[in-house]
Amino acid sequence: MKPFTTLTGVAAPLPIANVDTDKIIPARFLKTLTRTGLGKALFDGLRYDETGAERPDFVLNRAPFRRAEILIALDNFGCGSSREHAPWALADFGIRCVIAPSFADIFYNNCFKNGLLPVVLPREVCEQLMQDTELGSNARVTVDLERQVVVRANGEEIAFQVDAGRRNALLNGLDEIAETLTQDAAITRFETGRAVREPWRPAISLES
Amino acid sequence: MTPADTRRAGQTLFDKIWSAHLVETLASDAALLYIDRHLVHEVTSPQAFDGLRVNGRRVRRPDATLAVPDHNVPTAHRDQEIRDPESRLQVATLVQNVAEFGVPFIPLNDVRQGIVHVIGPEQGASLPGMTIVCGDSHTSTHGALGALAFGIGTSEVEHVLATQTLVQAKARSMRVSVEGQLGVGVTAKDMALYIIGRIGTGGGTGYVIEYAGEAVRSLSMAGRMTLCNMSIESGARAGLVAPDDTTFDYIRGRPMAPKGADFDSAVAYWRTLVSDADAVFDHEVVLDAADIAPMITWGTSPEAVIPVTGHVPDPADIADPAIRANQIRMLDYMGLTPGPILDIPVDVVFIGSCTNARIEDIRAAADIARGRRVADGVRALVVPGSGLVKLQAEAEGLDKVLTEAGFEWREPGCSMCLGMNEDKLTPGQRCVSTSNRNFEGRQGPGGRTHLASPAMAAAAAVAGRIVDCREFGG
Repeated sequence: MKPFTTLTGVAAPLPIANVDTDKIIPARFLKTLTRTGLGKALFDGLRYDETGAERPDFVLNRAPFRRAEILIALDNFGCGSSREHAPWALADFGIRCVIAPSFADIFYNNCFKNGLLPVVLPREVCEQLMQDTELGSNARVTVDLERQVVVRANGEEIAFQVDAGRRNALLNGLDEIAETLTQDAAITRFETGRAVREPWRPAISLES
Repeated sequence: MTPADTRRAGQTLFDKIWSAHLVETLASDAALLYIDRHLVHEVTSPQAFDGLRVNGRRVRRPDATLAVPDHNVPTAHRDQEIRDPESRLQVATLVQNVAEFGVPFIPLNDVRQGIVHVIGPEQGASLPGMTIVCGDSHTSTHGALGALAFGIGTSEVEHVLATQTLVQAKARSMRVSVEGQLGVGVTAKDMALYIIGRIGTGGGTGYVIEYAGEAVRSLSMAGRMTLCNMSIESGARAGLVAPDDTTFDYIRGRPMAPKGADFDSAVAYWRTLVSDADAVFDHEVVLDAADIAPMITWGTSPEAVIPVTGHVPDPADIADPAIRANQIRMLDYMGLTPGPILDIPVDVVFIGSCTNARIEDIRAAADIARGRRVADGVRALVVPGSGLVKLQAEAEGLDKVLTEAGFEWREPGCSMCLGMNEDKLTPGQRCVSTSNRNFEGRQGPGGRTHLASPAMAAAAAVAGRIVDCREFGG
């Protein structure tokens, strides 16, 4: 996984609450077999009209936000389905960090598996950061995971919290599966112990 | 709380299942949790199998894994190949992957095929006390059996395939108790929508919800599955109901359930899976079943829900500018103005999905349809949740009742729940749907979704407008 250490970039405001994963990427784009190439379909319904033309008023269709690397949203961002295509689409577009007052659990989890950092900050702070974006191309925000701060365009630093294990995995771009496979003996011990204690547990079998 | 207090405190059902699956406590707040059942479908698994292949990894426990295609599949013309080339390829890729990795698989032409969350319980693959995951948020459905069941992303699908575990932080616990009895015409779906309306679409975030109280205990397994299915729509990680005789009666005799003496041993263990009387929940919500009417959503979030006798709210009444703007946006998308929701004309009715496609749901729809006709200009689909539900319904003659009334009787699959197969709304179409999400574009670009129970949906189909199912004996 691509590590995330620090990022300075254009932040785009998306002042909508409950941005669901169907909004981030509709289901008809989930027929892919890969993790890449979904950036085109990011926010499809908001970004394009019925003819497929860009809606000029949508934030990511406007300069400087076309090259946004940070997205600022409102409560419950990423609610709905478990589709990892949502962070894949954001990452493929170029967004590496989403800042919001709260996130849906599965989306929040999925971000960390893809080098994308979700940052939880109070709603007032998110609204302040959205106001900063009106500075246009000067509205560069820095997100420093090492120091756990968001730095506003005016230099003010805002601290954020993140779970230490997740932070470490992102900073180092760790392969979580490889980490867990080092616990193989413990997993086998669990399986063996339970097979002895609870021999009634059935296996999946399609023989009828 | 001191360690001594922790030892004394009673455990919740969630605590019990969690601690029974703890492989290791890891650094920070995470734990390595063992996974008993992994359900796999074609949409969220191809990249996971690919990851295994690239890294030379195997599926650790094929005997704990079950795969089935459901999201992409057409619900008609099953004798022909899937027309959409991308859907066809995704289903074919699942077929290849399960063969290569030795994963048990129910193919499209098998009578047991269906929506993954319908067939897990139906086959007895999902059992009380288990940890169950799937790359699908509605995995919460299996919580109805008293399992800890939750949706995961594709990276976690790969993690479970490779290790049969997940790295998880323990959620907080919430108990939602619904006391008393539901009124006539009021169902588990209405209960689920009512709860979401009360706690909000983010109200469950960070929690595992245990549903309790007389009205929950009185639900059939199908009703409990509907209720737990919708847990994710309040943001909850999972929802569950403590297993009881209703649960054990449901499981007995199912193909993959324990048999004979093993079943008795299992039941003895399952009976311990209740929250202790002195268990403390992080949050408690107590509701009165008598307050719940047939519900219907008016907006593009499941929390935007009202009793069918209620009014679409007026944004002018909302003080908070952000919430007001959101309501205006929802009304605009839905093509609605403030006022009664009754009598709004509908174009499409969809009865199906992992929320409401079990035999009980088909019966509820057929009860309304019997002797009536779908209104002119309305398209009404009934999509059974599995091939076995379809067979059962046909054995009961429900397909005849429905088709004679003008409903379409389809093959099993996710169908019009999510707009990724042939069944979808066209822009501007208004649909009363028994599915779980009314998000913008969920059932097709520009489609307008009103979530409701099977009885409410069937009643809307015959009336051609939003009506109170109780007027139709629903």
